Amino acid sequence: MTSYALRRLALAAPTLFLIVTLSFFLMHLAPGGPFDAEASLEPEVIANLEAAYDLDKPIIVQYGLYLGKVARGDFGPSIVYIDRTVTELLEIGLPVSLKLGLSAMILALTVGGILGVIAALRRNSSTDYAVMGVAMTGIAVPSFVMAPLMSLLFGVILKILPVASLEPRGGLAEAVPFLAPITPYIMPVIALALPQIAILARLTRGAMIETLRQNYIRTARAKGLTQGNVVWAHALKSASLPVISYLGPAAASIITGSVVIEQIFQLPGMGRFFIQGAINRDYPLVLGIVVVYALAVILLNLIVDLMYGLLDPKVKVE
Amino acid sequence: MALLAAQRESQEALMAEAANIKGRSLWEDAARRFRANKAAMAGVIVLVLITMCAIVAPSLSAYTIDDLDWMNIGTPPSLETGHWFGTDDTGKDLFVLTWMGARVSLIIGVMTTAVALSIGVIYGATAGYVGGRTDNAMMRFVDVLYALPLLFFIIILVTVFGRNIYLVFLAIGCVEWLTMARIVRGQTLSVKQKEFIEAARASGAGPTSIIGRHVLPNVIGPVIVYVTLLVPTNILVESYLSFLGLGVKEPLTSWGVLISRGANSIESAPWLLLIPATCLAITMFCFNFIGDGLRDALDPKDR
Repeated sequence: MTSYALRRLALAAPTLFLIVTLSFFLMHLAPGGPFDAEASLEPEVIANLEAAYDLDKPIIVQYGLYLGKVARGDFGPSIVYIDRTVTELLEIGLPVSLKLGLSAMILALTVGGILGVIAALRRNSSTDYAVMGVAMTGIAVPSFVMAPLMSLLFGVILKILPVASLEPRGGLAEAVPFLAPITPYIMPVIALALPQIAILARLTRGAMIETLRQNYIRTARAKGLTQGNVVWAHALKSASLPVISYLGPAAASIITGSVVIEQIFQLPGMGRFFIQGAINRDYPLVLGIVVVYALAVILLNLIVDLMYGLLDPKVKVE
Repeated sequence: MALLAAQRESQEALMAEAANIKGRSLWEDAARRFRANKAAMAGVIVLVLITMCAIVAPSLSAYTIDDLDWMNIGTPPSLETGHWFGTDDTGKDLFVLTWMGARVSLIIGVMTTAVALSIGVIYGATAGYVGGRTDNAMMRFVDVLYALPLLFFIIILVTVFGRNIYLVFLAIGCVEWLTMARIVRGQTLSVKQKEFIEAARASGAGPTSIIGRHVLPNVIGPVIVYVTLLVPTNILVESYLSFLGLGVKEPLTSWGVLISRGANSIESAPWLLLIPATCLAITMFCFNFIGDGLRDALDPKDR
C-alpha cells in the first residue's frame, strides 16, 4: 500500500511539470503581448515594463526564471491587476472557488448517489424512469442555461435568494437568519452540481444493478438480512468503485464549470481571474491559476487512487 | 421403400425451406434491435428534422441574418410580424439566428468529433496493437492528460491564437480524443488475440494492413456508440466557450452565443434565452437517446 502510494505520488511531480511547461510555452509562443492594447505608451515605457516582468529576456531564460520562482512558491506579480501579486489574487479567489467546488462535489455525491441507489432498487418502475428522466435533463441542459433560469425564478420572481452578489439578501436570509451567510452560495452550488448529480445518479444506478446480481448479495439475502443491510452494508462498497473512479473527471468538470458559474453569479473566484487573465494576456496570473487547479486535480486523483487501493481487493494484490 | 421415399421427400422439403431462411448478420441484428427502440428512433427523427431546419429554415423567413428590423426591436415571438421566434435588442430575427446558429453548432459537433475520432483511433489502435512497453508509456500519457482540466488549455489556445472557427475545431478535437483512444486500445487488445489475426499474419499481412483491415472493422461497435455521445459533448463545449465570449465570432453565430446573449436579457426578453436553449437541449436529448439505443443494440453484454 505504501509503495503504491509513493509510486502514485512520484507520478504527480512530472505531471505538474508537464502542465507548467505546456501552459508556459503556449502562452508565450503566441504572437502579441500584454502591452499591445496600450497604444499610447512610448516604446521606452513598454521596454521598461517588459524588463520589469522579465519579458525582454529570451524565452528559455524566462522559463528557467519562472520555474525557479514557482518552486519557491512565488508566482510573480500580476500584469493586469497592478500592484498585486498573483499569490495575493489567489488568496482572494481560492477560498471562494474552493467553497463553491467542494460544496458542489459533496452535494453531487450525496444526491446523485442516493438517487442512483433508489433507481436501481426500483428498477423499471415509474420511480426509476422519473429519476433517469431528471438525470437525462441534467445532462442535456447545460449549467449556463440552468443558472440564469434559476436566478430569474428564485432571485427575481420569488425573491428568496440573492442574485449575483455575496450579500445575504432575499426572503430566505430574512426568514432563517442562521442560514444567511450561505444564501449567496446556494444557487451557484446547485447549478454547478446539477450535471454531476445527473451523471453520478446514472453511474450509481448502473453499478448498483450490476452488484445486486452478484452471488454474494444472494448469499446475504439468503441469510435473511434486511434489504437496508444488504444494500448499504454489502452492496454499496462494491458499487461505489465505478463512482469513485469517476471522481477525478468529476472534479475537472466542476472546476471548468465553476468558471462559467462564477461569471454568471459574479463571484470573485479563481475562474473569473482566469478568464480576465487569459483575455488580457496576464501570463503570471493565468499560469498561477493553472498550477493551482492542476495541483487540486492531481491531489484528488491521488486520493481516488488510494481509495481504490483500499476498497478494491484486486488492486491490493498487484 | 415408400417410407424411405417419404423420408427423402420431407428431407428435401426441409432443405428447400432452409435455403429460403437468410442468416442474420451481427449488423442486421443490431439494426433490428435499434429500430425496436422507440426513444432512439424518435431521437433519429427529431435530429433529422433539426438538421433539415438548419439547412432550409433560414431561407423560409422573410428576413436574413443581417436584417435589422427597426420597427420590431426586442419583440416577442409572433406570427403577424413574421418574426416567428421574436427579435433581439438590435431587431435581428431570432428564427433566422437560431437556425444559422444550429448550422454552426452541428458542424462544430461533427467536425470536432471527426478530429477526436482520427487521433483517438490511430493512437489507441497503435498502442493496443504494439502492446508491451510502448502501450504502457502511451496509455500513461493518456492517464496524465485525462487528469487535467483540459478545457483550460482550450481557453488558453483560443485566447492566445484568436477566435478562429478552425482553431475551435482543432482545439476541442485535440482535447476530446482521450476516451476514444482508451476504448479503441481496449478493443484492439482483445481482438488481436483472436485466431483470424493470427491467420492474417500467417498469410503475410503487415501490421498496417492487419490494423486497418482486420482489427479496426472489429472494434467499430463501441466506437460508434462513443461518437454519438461525443458529438453532443463537443456541441456543449463550444457553447461553453461561446458563453464565455471565446467561441465563434461575428458574423457567425452558434447556440452558445445566442444563449449567452439571451442570459443577459432574461428579465426583459426571456424568449432570447429559452428558444436557443430549448433547441440545444432537444439536440442533446436526441443524441443521448440515439447513443443509448446504439449501445443497447451493439453491446453484446446487456442483451
